[in-house]
Amino acid sequence: MDGPLPLLRMEGMNKRFSGVPALSGASLDIDPGEVHALVGQNGAGKSTLIKILTGAYRKDAGDITFEGRRIEFASPEAAQRGGISTIYQEINLIPYRSVAENIFLGRPYRRFGFLDWPRMNREATELLRRFDVRIDVHEPLFAFNTAIQQMVAIARAVSFDAKLVIMDEPTSSLADNEVEILYGVIRQLRATGISVIFVSHKLDELYEVCDRVTVMRDGRTIATTSMAEISKLELVAAMLGRDMQSVRREGQTSFHGKSHGVHRDLLSADGLVAGTKVKNASVSVSSGEISGLAGLLGSGRTEVARLIFGVDQPDAGTIVMEGRAVKFAEPIDAINRGIGYCSEDRKVEGIVPEMSVRENLTLAILPRLSQWGIVDEVRQQEIVNKFIERLGIKTSGPDQKIRELSGGNQQKVLLARWLCLDPKVLILDEPTRGIDVGGKAEIQMLIRELAEAGLGVLMISSELEEVIEGSDRVFVLRDGRTVADLQREELSEIVVMTAMAHGEGTADGNAA
Amino acid sequence: MAMRLSAVDRDAEPTGTRVLLWLSRYGTILALVLLILFNLAFTRNFATWQTLNINLTQVSTIVIVAIGMTLVIGSGGIDLSVGSLMAIAGALAPLIFLNRIVEFPNIYVGVAFAFVIPVMIAGLFGYLNGWLITRFNVQPIVGTLILFIAGRGIAQSFTDSNQVIFTTPEFQFIGLGRVFGIPIQVLIMTVIVVLAAWTIRRTIFGKQLLAIGGNETAARLAGVRVTRIKRQVYTISGICSGIAGIIVIARNSAADSNLVGLGVELDAIAAVAVGGTLLTGGRAYVFGTLLGALIIQLVRFTLLANGVPDAAALVIKAGLIILAVWLQRRAAS
Repeated sequence: MDGPLPLLRMEGMNKRFSGVPALSGASLDIDPGEVHALVGQNGAGKSTLIKILTGAYRKDAGDITFEGRRIEFASPEAAQRGGISTIYQEINLIPYRSVAENIFLGRPYRRFGFLDWPRMNREATELLRRFDVRIDVHEPLFAFNTAIQQMVAIARAVSFDAKLVIMDEPTSSLADNEVEILYGVIRQLRATGISVIFVSHKLDELYEVCDRVTVMRDGRTIATTSMAEISKLELVAAMLGRDMQSVRREGQTSFHGKSHGVHRDLLSADGLVAGTKVKNASVSVSSGEISGLAGLLGSGRTEVARLIFGVDQPDAGTIVMEGRAVKFAEPIDAINRGIGYCSEDRKVEGIVPEMSVRENLTLAILPRLSQWGIVDEVRQQEIVNKFIERLGIKTSGPDQKIRELSGGNQQKVLLARWLCLDPKVLILDEPTRGIDVGGKAEIQMLIRELAEAGLGVLMISSELEEVIEGSDRVFVLRDGRTVADLQREELSEIVVMTAMAHGEGTADGNAA
Repeated sequence: MAMRLSAVDRDAEPTGTRVLLWLSRYGTILALVLLILFNLAFTRNFATWQTLNINLTQVSTIVIVAIGMTLVIGSGGIDLSVGSLMAIAGALAPLIFLNRIVEFPNIYVGVAFAFVIPVMIAGLFGYLNGWLITRFNVQPIVGTLILFIAGRGIAQSFTDSNQVIFTTPEFQFIGLGRVFGIPIQVLIMTVIVVLAAWTIRRTIFGKQLLAIGGNETAARLAGVRVTRIKRQVYTISGICSGIAGIIVIARNSAADSNLVGLGVELDAIAAVAVGGTLLTGGRAYVFGTLLGALIIQLVRFTLLANGVPDAAALVIKAGLIILAVWLQRRAAS
């Protein structure tokens, strides 16, 4: 065997969900006392792999060896007792209980049959002091900020004598200085021989704190390597499934950033800032053009779209529509100015499942289809018929419930919901996600047609081909900042990926 | 009914599913028809104008409250405060027409104010419910619990916890009067039912309300002013409660803040559930609610008229709710 025996070895992991493979022979090796990054796009299989490891899911096949023993945990609690603790994105502790209680939740110290509070409080204080966190452990957890709450979760994990701590996007809700504290804690863990699996989409973080990285894609493990031996660009290429050789060749010819001519901007957002997710984002859309918005998961694409559409409010920055500064307090204000927004999550944010195709299609236009608040059913029917025909929506009739339609047809109904308003700008967040190949091509063609008819489209997509082939102009977001503004002629996979990875090149000057 | 089901089970499965779907859609009507047939056969003096009027009179206030409740539930909420709002309106009205607050030149002006002001106040309290729920993101069950508790206290404070007894025919016609032999409260109920059904079916407000109940996030992203609509829905529920409160005290010739509308929220929710409206929101069957309330009323009447005590009627009422929910579940899956 080469090197030390791994702490954890997962091999040949398979898992299917109702026939669809989520993992196909994935593997993962973690050495003792290392910080190991686990990266991949949406649907790559990271969370499935982790959930199998911690006993939240059952594996279909594969071997898991932990500390030299074959294991299969029955539940996350069993995994925790076995030495594997998980710190989730949303902290799953009890806000109204004290810090000490949270740390010893589920296995309190007892004395003479009573809870031994002095001992628990003392040990909780000591545990936290190891991470340089000095707080009153009698206080309820919610009294502290997210970073401290995360420290408490980590302290809890350590108090379980964890050998392996899994952190799922731990920094996503932390401010910059809090992130530094977390890094300190992670290094502390490593120094005491505890291993960490670090799931994150922020490349800088990985290089800051991780020793090795495993890249997953489509349920497979693509590469495992030391952080020092892989460049950011190579990492992005591996995540997106691009061959580095061809990418490099292409890159040598077309990788250069330039500033651009003046655009007839229909809508532009400048210097948007909101919370910890959006730090300095600028995008713009011209009529008759498709502006692509690219970026890795967690780079703030959806958040930017929501700010523009008035779903959330920016802390800073300006939005200009047709030459006038606008502020949308609610989506209806954006809609009234001629903007539409197809959200990424059809089920949760798009369809009203119990309602008919007719009612879903005309939900946004209803106020315009009425007099004195009464729906003009004749006009409603005309619109519904027109769009069912024009978009080729396959349905048994306008009265069919939308939840009975296929994903592609649901998406068409949602597109129609906006198109019937005759908008000037349409924001599409992952318009083809979860849609079969045929439906996908159809929707892409439709979007192109619409743009040619004069609509301004802002298209968010995780698929590199979709963004590059479909867009006239691409903005690249990285960690909440617009780092590149690329014109059609300078678009190439290498340029976009470089911007995702480094945020350099075309960044300064264009994205201001 | 059970026999028919088992006979069907032997056939192909889709037929069984179809029967269930049919039952979940028309089961309420079927149950009502069966109840009426049973009474025609076994209850003495059932097919009389008087029996009809007694039943309709007793059910009208519950129906009026339940219609407001149907809209609230359709929007994905619930309103526990309806009974307390009835008490508030009921406590306020006699104070106005008995000239305890201001002196009116004649009784008709006083009565007019006694109708309008308490209903408006109840609507205002309904708006307060909606404001609490939308402004602070409180769950509706908690948001309306506040007035459920405090509302009755407010009502009692109006009357110093005393029962106010009155004989004012000019006011009481709303609870005792008849037009062409039909009690006025039944007419009011009918108007409200028709109006609500039309609102749900034909107006933007109705469609947007159901969209909120069906998927609030999607509704907001499609430009529905969620906050405004929700506040309006709770206001309507408050107004319905106010009207019901006035009818009750007119009928009783007395306003007793401790008793007016006591427990009506549960009767109303039961009527909505039996009527086939999902308690999770997104649907609102106004006529279903009317039928649901009629069934519950008729069950109680049937049992009482045939010598079964009221206590048993309560258990049977619960049984009906279970049956209604079961049918919905089966039909949904």
